[in-house]
Amino acid sequence: MASDLILFYAFGAIAVAATLLVIAQSNPIYSVLLLIASFMALAGLYVLLDAPFVAVTQIIVYAGAIMVLFLFVVMLLNAPREDALEASGSTEESTGARALGLVLAMAMAIELVWALNRTRILGFAFPEGRGGTSWSVAELGRILFGNYAFAFEATSILILIAMVGAITLAGRHLTEKRIPNPDPRIPSPESRIPSPESRIPSRSPWQA
Amino acid sequence: MVTPFVIAQLAMLGFVFFMLLNSAAVMVYVERKVAARIQQRMGPWLVGPYGALQPLADIVKLMFKEELRPKAADSILFALAPVISAVAAFTAFSVVPFGTETTLFGLLDRPVPLQVADVNVAVLVVFAVTSMGVYGIVLAGWSSNSKYSLLGALRSSAQMISYELSYGMALASVLVLAGSLSLRDIVNAQAGSWLHVIPRWYLFLQPLGFFIFMTAGVAETNRAPFDFPEAEQELVAGYHTEYSSMSFAMFFMAEYINMVTVSAVATDLFLGGWHGPFLPEYLGWIWFLLKVSFLLFFYVWMRWTLPRYRYDQLMQFGWKVLLPLSVVNLLLTSAGVLYFG
Amino acid sequence: MAGLIHYLVLSGVLFAIGMMGVFLRRNVITMLLSIEVMLNAVNLTFIAFGRFLGSPDGQIIVFFVITVAAAEAAVGLAIVIALFRHTESLNPDAFRELKG
Repeated sequence: MASDLILFYAFGAIAVAATLLVIAQSNPIYSVLLLIASFMALAGLYVLLDAPFVAVTQIIVYAGAIMVLFLFVVMLLNAPREDALEASGSTEESTGARALGLVLAMAMAIELVWALNRTRILGFAFPEGRGGTSWSVAELGRILFGNYAFAFEATSILILIAMVGAITLAGRHLTEKRIPNPDPRIPSPESRIPSPESRIPSRSPWQA
Repeated sequence: MVTPFVIAQLAMLGFVFFMLLNSAAVMVYVERKVAARIQQRMGPWLVGPYGALQPLADIVKLMFKEELRPKAADSILFALAPVISAVAAFTAFSVVPFGTETTLFGLLDRPVPLQVADVNVAVLVVFAVTSMGVYGIVLAGWSSNSKYSLLGALRSSAQMISYELSYGMALASVLVLAGSLSLRDIVNAQAGSWLHVIPRWYLFLQPLGFFIFMTAGVAETNRAPFDFPEAEQELVAGYHTEYSSMSFAMFFMAEYINMVTVSAVATDLFLGGWHGPFLPEYLGWIWFLLKVSFLLFFYVWMRWTLPRYRYDQLMQFGWKVLLPLSVVNLLLTSAGVLYFG
Repeated sequence: MAGLIHYLVLSGVLFAIGMMGVFLRRNVITMLLSIEVMLNAVNLTFIAFGRFLGSPDGQIIVFFVITVAAAEAAVGLAIVIALFRHTESLNPDAFRELKG
């Protein structure tokens, strides 16, 4: 239907515009929020592709949990705006490296479109309209716990390892004596917000 | 293209939106009146009969207040935060069904369900939109550029994401019983009664699940006894310290509509939705209204009766008591379903 | 009607934008965000092909990609916090030396 094409272009335009702004503007909080907008547009595209469960999972996990983590870290570290660094001309090879990076990325995009052109899948439409191959949550669950049970268990151990690793790495007991700033041209941020655990008194009836 | 069915669906959308706005206004009045009665005083009395027009007076006052913005505040985020809160609150209600299918007295050729959007994964949509509501609070605290707001916002959002886990596990136990993610199917699985006396509600099959869901719901909406982040005595007003006039009204409204959504979802999941004795099927929305009103009254009652949890007590309760309880509940429910078929 | 080619081109464009972000930005948090963008582009490709071939494997693999991305974001941000505590800077050029 034509409305599918219009919706695809709408969501696609939002996703591309938001992602471009993520990397193009300097405030890290705006970057995180624009990335959330991009994820919402992608979730809309997943619904168009008959995958509503993955769309909702993307919003719950990616936009609702991972991005909250990013936002907390950005707020707690009081991440400095990057244009201050660019204005001071940070490193000597910066402009050359940037131009090379830009050329590489555009070369990759052009190559991808060229390769797709040559495989003659232009105009391959999706088979069997809406409702033809839409998988219900029960069927997805059966396949996930049946064929992919090993991957499922391995992923759960991975998450456990990541949790332990994150707590170990970011824990206060690992903070060494702070060394002076190695590069005087990089400004250090002022008035950093202290972390919450130094503020909450540790005497509570729930503890022994 | 524009058939009566489409018009009916658009009308349903407008109707639900309008009723949610009204419910926020009614909740303002009910909260103040019930609080007053619990504290043995009269409450709103002068504006309208028995003070019933008090919400109108409140809204007019809020509209005429000056809209302040701190100079150092980030203006885009400062304006965006209440919008995110309010939009998330309204959107979460869009998949909640509140009645069986009706043909509006035979005007339509196809019955339209009393629900804005009948989605197969309705339970997850509610959960997803509720987790989006955290951003409104976090951005409000950050963009106000003031210590009280930031601390209140960080605490409030940490509390919300901690209790989301138990919320989700209690939801999952109901899913195991019902076998479907669609809220309409879950409600229809609770029709009928045992021995013609006890209704077939999931409340009786899962009392622990209901307790966990309501507790997590109260913590999610930042209501007492879990409202430390907006405690007036400690933090001025938490994340909405710097807001005034309509932005404050939007936060206020978002909190009440979140309460209504949690009560409505709890009614659909545990209390049988719109099924009840004596009334015919198409008047089921009256039962739905009664059940949701009872849960909302319970919310207000709890606020003015119980003392407030301190923040570290609140977090420890969420992680060390409620989460293990919800996991145990899920395991017991799964075992029960496997054993009894 | 949006065919497979539309989704693949969109996914390629998003991947290239993410790649540009990793190359061009000098802030470790934004670099981590660009990595998430690349993972999302790949997710879109998986779902598009899953729908095209009528197979549920696309959606299942996307679950695992989302999970792994969550774990990687958590550990990556923990490393960023530890590094920030050490040198008070989020510029990757501040960590060029092995000393300290």
